Amino acid sequence: MKILCFIAVVITGILLVIAADDFPDWGDPQSPASTHLSPHYITEAVNETKVPNIVTAVLADYRGFDTMFETAVIFTAGIAVIFVLRSTARKRKAGAPEERASEVVRQDIIVQNVARIVFPFIQLFALYVVMHGHHSPGGGFQGGVMLGASFILLAISYNLGKIFSRMSERTSILQGNIGVLVYAGIGVFSLLVGANFLDYGGLAAILPASEDAMAHSHGMLGIEIGVALAVMAIMVAIYANLSSRGKYDKGL
Amino acid sequence: MDLIVAKYNYWIYILLMMIGLYAMISKRNLVKKIIGMNIFQTAIILFYVSTAAKRDATIPIIEHGHEHEAAGHAAQATENAAHAAMSAINPADYVNPLPHVLMLTAIVVSVATLGVALALALRLHGRYGTLEEDEILEQIR
Amino acid sequence: MIWQFDLVILVLVVICAIAAIHVRDLLSAAIILGAYSFLMCLLWTEMAAVDVAFTEAAVGAGVSTVFFVAAVFRTTRRTKD
Repeated sequence: MKILCFIAVVITGILLVIAADDFPDWGDPQSPASTHLSPHYITEAVNETKVPNIVTAVLADYRGFDTMFETAVIFTAGIAVIFVLRSTARKRKAGAPEERASEVVRQDIIVQNVARIVFPFIQLFALYVVMHGHHSPGGGFQGGVMLGASFILLAISYNLGKIFSRMSERTSILQGNIGVLVYAGIGVFSLLVGANFLDYGGLAAILPASEDAMAHSHGMLGIEIGVALAVMAIMVAIYANLSSRGKYDKGL
Repeated sequence: MDLIVAKYNYWIYILLMMIGLYAMISKRNLVKKIIGMNIFQTAIILFYVSTAAKRDATIPIIEHGHEHEAAGHAAQATENAAHAAMSAINPADYVNPLPHVLMLTAIVVSVATLGVALALALRLHGRYGTLEEDEILEQIR
Repeated sequence: MIWQFDLVILVLVVICAIAAIHVRDLLSAAIILGAYSFLMCLLWTEMAAVDVAFTEAAVGAGVSTVFFVAAVFRTTRRTKD
């Protein structure tokens, strides 16, 4: 069986290597991928959107639909994990006390105190990454994952119950919803003002922005905040379900 | 010979993809299959990002000097051609940003898929007691 | 785009990938996958793809490894192949 798989994989590899003859050389500035649409994005991104980070400009403005559905994909994955794993039925063994999420406490003093001290700095840096995504590498996804990772750090070093006061199951699903809603809401708001869906130029009438390009920049900031909220909530929800097998009684 | 020297990087990407594919179809353990899926996905992302690289080009964030020049150029209607040509942004100085955008979406989708796949594996382990594919198939029949 | 760096890191990446699917202990495989993700992030930084490298460092070498370790702790660590 393994020999068959190996032969099939080798045949596929040889076919792909034969096809690699047509690919452009590495680092070629005149390759077909870099000559049709991408010079327009590089030269016009700052004029039209006032955002120097071209990747954020393309992600949030020129290809804003893809990013909206990607946020919906993350939200759907969180809901799917909750559907598959979450169970509230509790089987009580005779005589064994039930362990609750906030009662199992380990005694690693160094790990717990360092995690507790570092936690607000991680969140501050994650907020910086979200807000400064227009001028430096970063943006909504990266900041959202870092925010979620800070909660996961607390959950690993203490126990799962420590994060439930801030990010209970209901809060995380609600925040995931609000993230996608903020993104789609900005789009619908543009419709109501009179422009196309997710056309930030329509927001120039409402915001105190002076010109059309600045309204694009502010609209992009709004949707990055929505994306960060959704990603943070779903990362925490997936971790909580995976590490406790859906029963939320004890974590790792 | 030109095939090997000029395009050796594509050979390595194809080797990585085939390692991931082999793990997905031939390993019996479910978590090993999920690891193979992850390797395959990152190899595809590596392939796309490498087609965006350009020699002697910098990261796709417009530098400060160019940004002011480009804004000034757009605002003024009358500009003599030499000044405009000097201050325009040259696309060959920056790497191609389009594959980066697509691959950002791909990375995020891959972590979402990983979460759901691990949840399914956990549920299977809870139901059948094992993570090996042949033992699960024996218990089903 | 220094091709010597690229070649060395690519060879290390291939070694990590083969090791991750070959070891018998699932926890070791998860940690080696974390190292693989981090080497990919280095490769993309060297190819001037900074946003992609940032996302892979946060997602692959961070959250994805934690998900794997959480799943392995809740099931078994040993595997037959």
